Amino acid sequence: MSLSLSGVSVDYDGVPAVVDVDLELPAGQVLAVLGPSGSGKSTLLRAVAGLEPARGTIAWAGQDLGGVPTHQRGFALMFQDGQLFGHLTVGRNVGYALRLRKVRGVESRVAELLELVGLAGYADRLPGTLSGGERQRVALARSLAVEPRLLLLDEPLSALDAGLRERLAGELRDILVAAGTTALMVTHDHEEAYTVADRIAVMRDGRLVQSGVIGKVWAAPADPETALFLGYARVLVDDAAQRLLAAAGLPPAAAVAVRRSALTVDPSTAPDGARDLRGVVLSARVTPDQVRLVVGVDGLGELDAVASVGTHPAAGEPVRLVVDRSRLAVIR
Amino acid sequence: MALPPAVRRPASLVALAALPVVVLGCFFVLPVSGMVARGFFPDGELDAGAVLEVLTRSRTGRVVWFTVWSAGVATAVSVLLGLPAAYALHGLEFPLRRTVRALLLVPFVLPTVVVGVAFRQLLGESGPLGFLGLDGTPVAIVAGLVFFNAAVVIRAVGASWESLDSRPAEAAAALGASPAQVFRTVTLPTLRPAIVSAASVVFLFCATSFGVVLTLGGTRYSSVETEIYLLTTDLLDLPGAAALSLVQLTAVVALLAVAARLRASADPSVVRVPSRPRRPARADLPQLAMTALLLALVAAPVVTLVAGSLRVGDSWSLGNYRALDSVGDQQALVVPVTDALVTSLRTAVDATWMSLLLGLLVALAVTRRSRSRAERRIRTVLDGFFMLPLGVSAATLGFGFLITLDRPPLDLRDSALLVPVAQALVALPLVVRTLVPVLDGIDDRQRQAAASLGAGPLRTLLTVDVPVLWRPLLAASGFAFAASLGEFGATAFLARDESATLPVVIFRLIGHPGAMNYGMALAASVVLAATTAAVMLAVERLRVPSLGAL
Repeated sequence: MSLSLSGVSVDYDGVPAVVDVDLELPAGQVLAVLGPSGSGKSTLLRAVAGLEPARGTIAWAGQDLGGVPTHQRGFALMFQDGQLFGHLTVGRNVGYALRLRKVRGVESRVAELLELVGLAGYADRLPGTLSGGERQRVALARSLAVEPRLLLLDEPLSALDAGLRERLAGELRDILVAAGTTALMVTHDHEEAYTVADRIAVMRDGRLVQSGVIGKVWAAPADPETALFLGYARVLVDDAAQRLLAAAGLPPAAAVAVRRSALTVDPSTAPDGARDLRGVVLSARVTPDQVRLVVGVDGLGELDAVASVGTHPAAGEPVRLVVDRSRLAVIR
Repeated sequence: MALPPAVRRPASLVALAALPVVVLGCFFVLPVSGMVARGFFPDGELDAGAVLEVLTRSRTGRVVWFTVWSAGVATAVSVLLGLPAAYALHGLEFPLRRTVRALLLVPFVLPTVVVGVAFRQLLGESGPLGFLGLDGTPVAIVAGLVFFNAAVVIRAVGASWESLDSRPAEAAAALGASPAQVFRTVTLPTLRPAIVSAASVVFLFCATSFGVVLTLGGTRYSSVETEIYLLTTDLLDLPGAAALSLVQLTAVVALLAVAARLRASADPSVVRVPSRPRRPARADLPQLAMTALLLALVAAPVVTLVAGSLRVGDSWSLGNYRALDSVGDQQALVVPVTDALVTSLRTAVDATWMSLLLGLLVALAVTRRSRSRAERRIRTVLDGFFMLPLGVSAATLGFGFLITLDRPPLDLRDSALLVPVAQALVALPLVVRTLVPVLDGIDDRQRQAAASLGAGPLRTLLTVDVPVLWRPLLAASGFAFAASLGEFGATAFLARDESATLPVVIFRLIGHPGAMNYGMALAASVVLAATTAAVMLAVERLRVPSLGAL
């Protein structure tokens, strides 16, 4: 019982949107397809839903879905803006697919689902009276109603404002786990992907660049662009990479991706070690948790670094930096 | 059915479009090309010379010129009169606003014959405005055309005026623009697409108007449309009629293409926020005055018509109405007017369901989202194909029916369906244009959401399309019914004397001498106008914006 794509390609009037994608999604897991806009990720999702004609094989539990129309695939698709049926109440929207299947006990199931998404008692409201976040929850409940084999989420949270998005992402994860749903989510926001998914797949220019369990992808980005897209602050190459890796006590490599918090100002006045990095503060910005610095490091150029809030190095001040090797990722 | 989508989609498109294409092929393309061929091949041999000769006649030049300038002037006047009224009726809130709006819409659906009769009654020697000496002049024709089409401008422009975001205008005012400057720099540019689109539709309606020009212009002033009729029926000059039909078809197709292009370039980024109508201020007086003037202009012929129908000799009487169950003086008719009314209603019912069925299939076929360029092209061609009846003289269509559908396998001379089919084709563009914008407005992802929840195609249609579509469908059936009731051009050819419709009977009564016949024509006109107006007022209550979308 798993989704498997092999050699999937989609063209729009001869312009390739998705090129030769292979992907596996085991049952019960949540996979986030991550990519910048225009990377073909939404097209891939629509191809899985049967809304775009695709070449290659899209199979569920070993069965090829090539000729199966959308409504017979048993995959529920949730849109960025919900696409609730405006003339039906919340309850009728959520119970829509259940009524199609003439399931008994629709009312109680609907109440249960609304409870699950935190909207108990909303059954008689019309979608027009709900806030954006509430509408997305209803859309989620509607998609979950028939316990779909696979839930497809197309940027489910990007229409919402930042605070709400963060909160709903956590809730979405809890709801998907509670329901034991296999889900394929498309997003351009890596934070959202980390919060909701077990696995990620990174797409760029229609191609799948990298996929796997989040921790593994995070620890070893396939290339510099992927590292930047996954949230690394900078990528160092060649000599600069060697120097930084040496400072961290790691073997040399062609490139290394650096998180903002990989370099920390060492406030101690211990004597200089050979591997130490020294530099001059170029700018400093105080945030509630830490001071964010840009430091001109000898032989490495500009790098991001952090200092604890208590210290406040000013621009022009010399600093000594220590490297946290768990916040580096070697790119091979 | 495990067909791959690449096959299934075009297949379903073909299935949807098959019936309308076949019907239009048999009852439109065949008759019209038959008629045109009859002109080009008078004796079974190609005689293009005769056709070309027609085009060089001085009368042809006069007819074409008259058509163009009368339609142009009528369009300009319609827009000038319609704009202030559109503003007043859609942007301001005052007592009886909705009633006035409905009343001004009525002329558009009044049968052309009725309008012709009403204007003759108003401008004729014995009429209230007879002293102006306008009867039988081009001024009368232009007035008749304006009477009809101001409603189109009000309707089309008013709808966009109503949904105009008022904030840019407020911003301009806050920057120091006077109301007139706001109108010139902000409001007018935003409305321009709607105005241009309305004007092109009005020009089209004016240039192909049949009943008004025929009843008001006689043989002295003839437009291309009436000339085709005169050449066919009175002079039996088929090459001439065929040549003019081709000229008209080409011109109308070009005009439709231009209108479509203009419509497509409308700025889609304009925010449509229904703004609340406001109370009239002192500055709105000119617009309100223009609206009142327009109402008076529209009311005058109608009131004269009703008054005339109630006069027998020099006294008030219902005699004209009582006479409607007779066949008129000197046996002017074969069946009583009351029978003709029943025939009209029955025909209209048939024409309505036919045009609705075809129109719905066409609208569904052309609005489905296209997957490939080829599919999109097919849809565009289909869309244009079903607009063709707008561009062909109803007289050409009617005469074409007579000469092509008279032998097996399509021998329909005696079929009771001949007239309804012709009327359904005339009403088809109206139905399609009412439904297409509504279907276009549905976000396709709604259908995809339904499909992904397990709804099949039919179920998706019921869930997503039907709830949005039923009001426009009712409105479209109203339009089709009204158009069928008033249809004159094609029906004049096809209706037999014993099954004549009301407009045909009215035309015949005007043409027959006898005071009683004229009185009966007036009374029958009032009955016909009242019936169509009742249908249209019911449609107006549904508040579906259309007409301007043509």
